Amino acid sequence: MSKVAVDVPPKGGFSFDLCRRNAMLSEKGLRPSSFLKTGTTIVGLIFQDGVILGADTRATEGPIVADKNCEKIHYMAPNIYCCGAGTAADTEAVTDMVSSQLQLHRYHTSRESRVVTALTLLKSHLFSYQGHVQAALVLGGVDVTGPHLHTIYPHGSTDTLPFATMGSGSLAAMSVFESKYREGLTRDEGINLVTEAICAGIFNDLGSGSNVDVCVITKGHKDYLRNHQSPNPRTYVSSKGYSFPKKTEVLVTKITPLKEVVEVTEGGDAMEE
Amino acid sequence: MNLVDSTQVNSTLLSSETASSERTLYPYVTGTSVIGIKYKDGILMAADMGASYGSTLRYKSVERLKPVGKHSLLGASGEISDFQEILRYLDELILYDNMWDDGNSLGPKEVHNYLTRVMYNRRNKFNPLWNSLILGGIKNGQKYLGMVSMIGVHFEDNHVATGFGNHLARPILRDEWNENLSFEDGVKLLEKCMRVLLYRDRSAVNKIQIAKITEEGFTTYPPYALKTFWNFSAFENPTVGAEGSW
Repeated sequence: MSKVAVDVPPKGGFSFDLCRRNAMLSEKGLRPSSFLKTGTTIVGLIFQDGVILGADTRATEGPIVADKNCEKIHYMAPNIYCCGAGTAADTEAVTDMVSSQLQLHRYHTSRESRVVTALTLLKSHLFSYQGHVQAALVLGGVDVTGPHLHTIYPHGSTDTLPFATMGSGSLAAMSVFESKYREGLTRDEGINLVTEAICAGIFNDLGSGSNVDVCVITKGHKDYLRNHQSPNPRTYVSSKGYSFPKKTEVLVTKITPLKEVVEVTEGGDAMEE
Repeated sequence: MNLVDSTQVNSTLLSSETASSERTLYPYVTGTSVIGIKYKDGILMAADMGASYGSTLRYKSVERLKPVGKHSLLGASGEISDFQEILRYLDELILYDNMWDDGNSLGPKEVHNYLTRVMYNRRNKFNPLWNSLILGGIKNGQKYLGMVSMIGVHFEDNHVATGFGNHLARPILRDEWNENLSFEDGVKLLEKCMRVLLYRDRSAVNKIQIAKITEEGFTTYPPYALKTFWNFSAFENPTVGAEGSW
């Protein structure tokens, strides 16, 4: 749990303990970090039976593509998934942490987790770090109260929406949603719309690319469609493979075993605890 | 054009003692995105009629789509006073062209090139005309649609947009534009893009103007408002799962 659970219960209100340290740091020249949309397109929408989440699969390190096929849709609970944009380490760590907290909560209450529980845990963690944990999340799931879709911003504010996009490709994906979304979409229509929105992000935003991941969550059931669409295949692959024309001559063969043969002496003292 | 440049130079020499800035540093009254597409009979452009003064929507009946000569249509976003100055330059250009009285007239490609030179030269003097311009037209059956930015970047394409339109409208246009759009289809496509801009651009107003240019000439349509939809159930009761949260 967070550090508050271990300490004496707070007397209420904001804790100003770190303000002196922050003032000292800004005097030394540390500027507080501003909101950064890094390369990603993540989307979510509510359809008639539940929630569909979508994400691209490109992870960038500045101008370089670090991972061509990463997973941006994170597991939170059997009925709740979360897409993450922003610093990859932050999204991974924060979703893992809240996922574990939800599991403990499920053991404690013997009930299915609710989306608002995940929402509150994420938003209070992000707010307490004042935006330094750069995770922008699209949280979706179906619980006893119905389907829910929320966006969570790095500073800790949240929105409840019928359709949402985040990341650098969010404008391209939002243009698709704003023009084509309506209430009561069927499952196939919803998946197609999500795929179209992610493809708009992939093809119109430089920070997003590679494949489309989709996750469909309905009451009591989920479908994680990894690489649902791969619109960027490797087009020119040599069919005959590689061969080296000149064979190398073998002159001498000498084999040295790397593992030493160890002598085990019988008897001796038993191992100490 | 020499006339304009020499007066500028004289004024800078005379006022160098006062050392006030003679350069455009930031825009004041700005118009938001313009979208242009080629369609079957020519060029279609759409823009809203708003001009903002910082964060206030100050003017709500500004025409940002204007004809140039017989063959071209100019749409501009950015500083409105600079747009009016550009219209003045173009007026002079067309006037001199007409005075030749030789049956030739400046087509859209020529006007686009002229605008590129003007914008680039101003940028080189660190005194830009703070606009993104879309120039479209049709001459002798040849359709032309190009864009010039305030630093002189220019290119030609089948569909162009300025400002926010680049991020919100061009993905839609890349997917749904085709060579043989009829007028009605073209207007529907532009409306789709303008609606998204209205939802997601803070400086957009719901009063759009559509203009077209064909071989017959320039036509502008009276301004109208787009229908918007706000009745999603999530908007009506956002905290249905958690009373008291937001």
